[in-house]
Amino acid sequence: MTREEPAGADGTSPAPARHRPSWWRMLGRDRAASAAAVVLAVTTLVALFGRLVIGDRAQRQDLDASLRPPSLGEGVYGLLGTDVLGRSVLARLVDAAATTLSVAVPAVLCSLLIGSALGLWAGYHGGRRESVAMRVADVILSFPSLLVAVVVLYVFSPSALNLVLILAVARIPVYLRTARAEAAELRSRLFVDAARTFGTPGREIIRRHILPIALPTLLTVATLDFCFVMLTESSLSFLGIGIQPPDVSWGLMVAQGRQYLQTAWWITVLPGLAIVLTTVSATVLAAWARIATDPAQRWRLTLPVKRRGASAAVPPEMIP
Amino acid sequence: MTTTAVPAAPSADTPALDVEGLCVDLSTPSGRLRAVDGVSFSVRRGRTLALLGESGCGKSMTALSVVGLLDPAAEVTGGAVRVRGSDTLRMSPAERRKLAGPVLSIVFQDALTALNPVQPVGRQIGEPFRIHRGLSRREAREKAIELMTRVGIPEPRERARSYPHQFSGGMRQRLLIAMAVALDPDVLIADEPTTALDVTVQAQIMRLLRDLQDEREMAVVLITHDLAVVAQRADDVVVMYAGTVVEEGPVREVFSRPRHPYTRGLLDSVPEHAVRGRPLPAVPGSPPELSAVPSGCVFQDRCPLVRERCVRERPPLRASGDGRSAACHFSEELARA
Amino acid sequence: MPEIRSGSATDAPRADGPEVPPPLLEVRGVTKTFGGGRRRLTALDGVDLRLGKGETLGLVGESGCGKSTLARVLLGLERPDAGTVRFDGTDPFALRGKDLLAWRRRVQMVFQDPFASLNARMSAADLISEPWRTHRDVVPGAKAREKRVRELLSLVGLRDGDAHRYPDEFSGGQRQRIGIARALALDPDLIVCDEPVSALDLSVQAQVLNVLSELRERLGVAYVFISHDLSVVRYISDRVTVMYLGKVIEHGETEDVFDRPQHPYTAALMSAAPVLDASYAGGDREIQLKGEIPSPFDIPSGCRFRTRCPRAEDLCAAEAPPLVVRRAREASDPHTALCHFPLEAESAWA
Repeated sequence: MTREEPAGADGTSPAPARHRPSWWRMLGRDRAASAAAVVLAVTTLVALFGRLVIGDRAQRQDLDASLRPPSLGEGVYGLLGTDVLGRSVLARLVDAAATTLSVAVPAVLCSLLIGSALGLWAGYHGGRRESVAMRVADVILSFPSLLVAVVVLYVFSPSALNLVLILAVARIPVYLRTARAEAAELRSRLFVDAARTFGTPGREIIRRHILPIALPTLLTVATLDFCFVMLTESSLSFLGIGIQPPDVSWGLMVAQGRQYLQTAWWITVLPGLAIVLTTVSATVLAAWARIATDPAQRWRLTLPVKRRGASAAVPPEMIP
Repeated sequence: MTTTAVPAAPSADTPALDVEGLCVDLSTPSGRLRAVDGVSFSVRRGRTLALLGESGCGKSMTALSVVGLLDPAAEVTGGAVRVRGSDTLRMSPAERRKLAGPVLSIVFQDALTALNPVQPVGRQIGEPFRIHRGLSRREAREKAIELMTRVGIPEPRERARSYPHQFSGGMRQRLLIAMAVALDPDVLIADEPTTALDVTVQAQIMRLLRDLQDEREMAVVLITHDLAVVAQRADDVVVMYAGTVVEEGPVREVFSRPRHPYTRGLLDSVPEHAVRGRPLPAVPGSPPELSAVPSGCVFQDRCPLVRERCVRERPPLRASGDGRSAACHFSEELARA
Repeated sequence: MPEIRSGSATDAPRADGPEVPPPLLEVRGVTKTFGGGRRRLTALDGVDLRLGKGETLGLVGESGCGKSTLARVLLGLERPDAGTVRFDGTDPFALRGKDLLAWRRRVQMVFQDPFASLNARMSAADLISEPWRTHRDVVPGAKAREKRVRELLSLVGLRDGDAHRYPDEFSGGQRQRIGIARALALDPDLIVCDEPVSALDLSVQAQVLNVLSELRERLGVAYVFISHDLSVVRYISDRVTVMYLGKVIEHGETEDVFDRPQHPYTAALMSAAPVLDASYAGGDREIQLKGEIPSPFDIPSGCRFRTRCPRAEDLCAAEAPPLVVRRAREASDPHTALCHFPLEAESAWA
């Protein structure tokens, strides 16, 4: 009984090829991720266009209305209460959104880009390049970033641009180390070896095989870092070398309201909430993106929520 | 086998392990799937039964349900596993634990992960004695050294203090075997015990298992995908495919005159029988996904003898009176061919 | 009686006859060590190989014998410390730029693990066409590439519709077919197969072996076939090289090596491998080796197999073994081994 294998028969080929479900569908099926997307979209819109709507409301003082608690009876701008100078907290939140994001987003993006590029390059090539890159990272990390920021911002003028630059440089090592670790692990994978046997140049291997796999992790680290950058910015602003009043950021609002914490909680808690909400949304969305970009995992996103296995957004060792 | 003509091992005439109609369901994202579907076999002391099958056929899951180490996603939904006259599936976890070691024990494929990396091996091998016999640490250690000597670890007294990573793959497998036979179990389940090892070391480990079996009159259930290991080592074989038993019987007879086309196909595709330059007679296709096991005969998609009846009804595992059984509508035809 | 000469296992004159064409691949005295000082690992120690166009060379050995390192050297992924590699007369390690790229086209690899060697984020079509993203002129144009991908898929027994699936949708055997299709994308002359079927189930293993032998016939590609499975090597190879701890210890035509092994290690390896049929090889006379393979950090003096060899004597520790050459038939390739006390043809199983 001899059986010739018919050419082209590998019996149980699954029926039609599984195509990628659309992004919208995958997002729609994940309630947490869609909520996060909505929050981020709203925050972005507010940051971009909020100032056009509120005009100078964020600066308009009204000492008679000092420290009013949030209420429904005081019109839109009284909705979230007022601060010690009687300025509308809602208006200030809207105004601060623009400032906060205009510092945090460029800072995070800069450090993400530079740190990841260096880290992937160092990790893939290994050897001396790796040592040099890692020593640079160690040097940056060995200075307390806040101290460096204080010195630099004290010497140069405390402008938003300088703030972005100093925050970006201070956070480069975080991405550099993560990216290097990922790349060093991935470079010994067989499919990287396979690509090398085709003669694929290093930069192409990094772009094609290493970056797409490392990217979700890096993005998740970036969203966590987003929070750190916002808080650092608020500390610097509190010290008077960050955002300069009359400009206002969420961090600065938290700092300024601290002394009224016992009498007027809303001045601190609401901007704090804005920071937390934005960061959590970014993290949730990053976790979703991590699954959605993985062909072996993304089918999970088309299932009802409770059937999905739990998957950590970031492996614990990646958290800086 | 239940009906083998060969007299059972002298120590007992009832099977040391008797599995009947075992069903295991697996919870997966695409719903509950039957991973093991009505598997029955039994083995007496001193005999070796091989569970033979390809990856995903349910052989390992069968073994793990017998020792009660199933993954939480899997659940035994039917059948019985009888040792010493009682059904382990109906026991409380505490009663079950009492069996683990003195009655049933298992040797895993991957000795590195099966040993605790942060404990000296002597302590780990002595552990069964402390748990089941209540020996002191010192006594357990002596027992462990004795066992290490038995399984061929050189300088056991010194090596008892070493950690698992300081041993080679073959030595680790020996340690695992020492632990498994520590309490003289009735039944030893060996789940692909040599798959990860080099050929020459594999032969040593197989020899050791055989010697220990002879010496202690154990029943051995050997789980493997390697036909040659079955041919050399087992008395009886149970061939599994897609969660079901498709054929069983004494190895020599099953391998010389298979009565299921799957067994036949496996035997034909062994390169050892092939002539260089001629294509190997391969079984086309690959085993069905658990979610797509056909409703008729499980092997219909790959079977050269498939007929309309195979699609309609699933052939039962029929015993033919000579200690063999096969789950094929046309096994007589195959036997004559 | 075998003639005895010094040298290494493949360093022997070829059978007398008409002009022998230059080999496709010639490896001489390749040595590769890793690390330094006391942690110096000798992976390859003076390895010689020779392979003609369209031939298949089986490479057998256990873990730590250096077969995977040798594969990486053949592919240019590791540079040898000493020795030469000649591919069609040129040294690939001397090539740069365009020439290097052109050489890369000619040698490809099929990996052992069909799961790890395919990037799970790329579809079958992307995987198979990946080599063309570097070698742009091999198949120019998107239309032509699509067509060629379909041809390659059918060549390895997959369907057109499989092109847009991802690796996790395929079974192990199907993935290995994708790996083979990818290796074929550049029309290589030599494919190094590193345990290509050992991760596969038996029934699927036969399918993949059939694909490989069919391709050899249709495309005339040569293989270096690395495996620990003797029955697979015996089935597919024209010639066999046995390695132990970084050295070639026996080499010859497949029948010679399998039927009349000269080196005790080869004999032990064959008797240890479980076989279906007791009468097939070695019978019940199993040669049990002592212990396990020594660490490659600390290779025994003299003959490296002596610590486990049933025939070892004092001489084996003192002196490196000589090259033994035996010619089984008139026009056959020499059958060589490195041993002080080689097995006689008739007493191979003593």
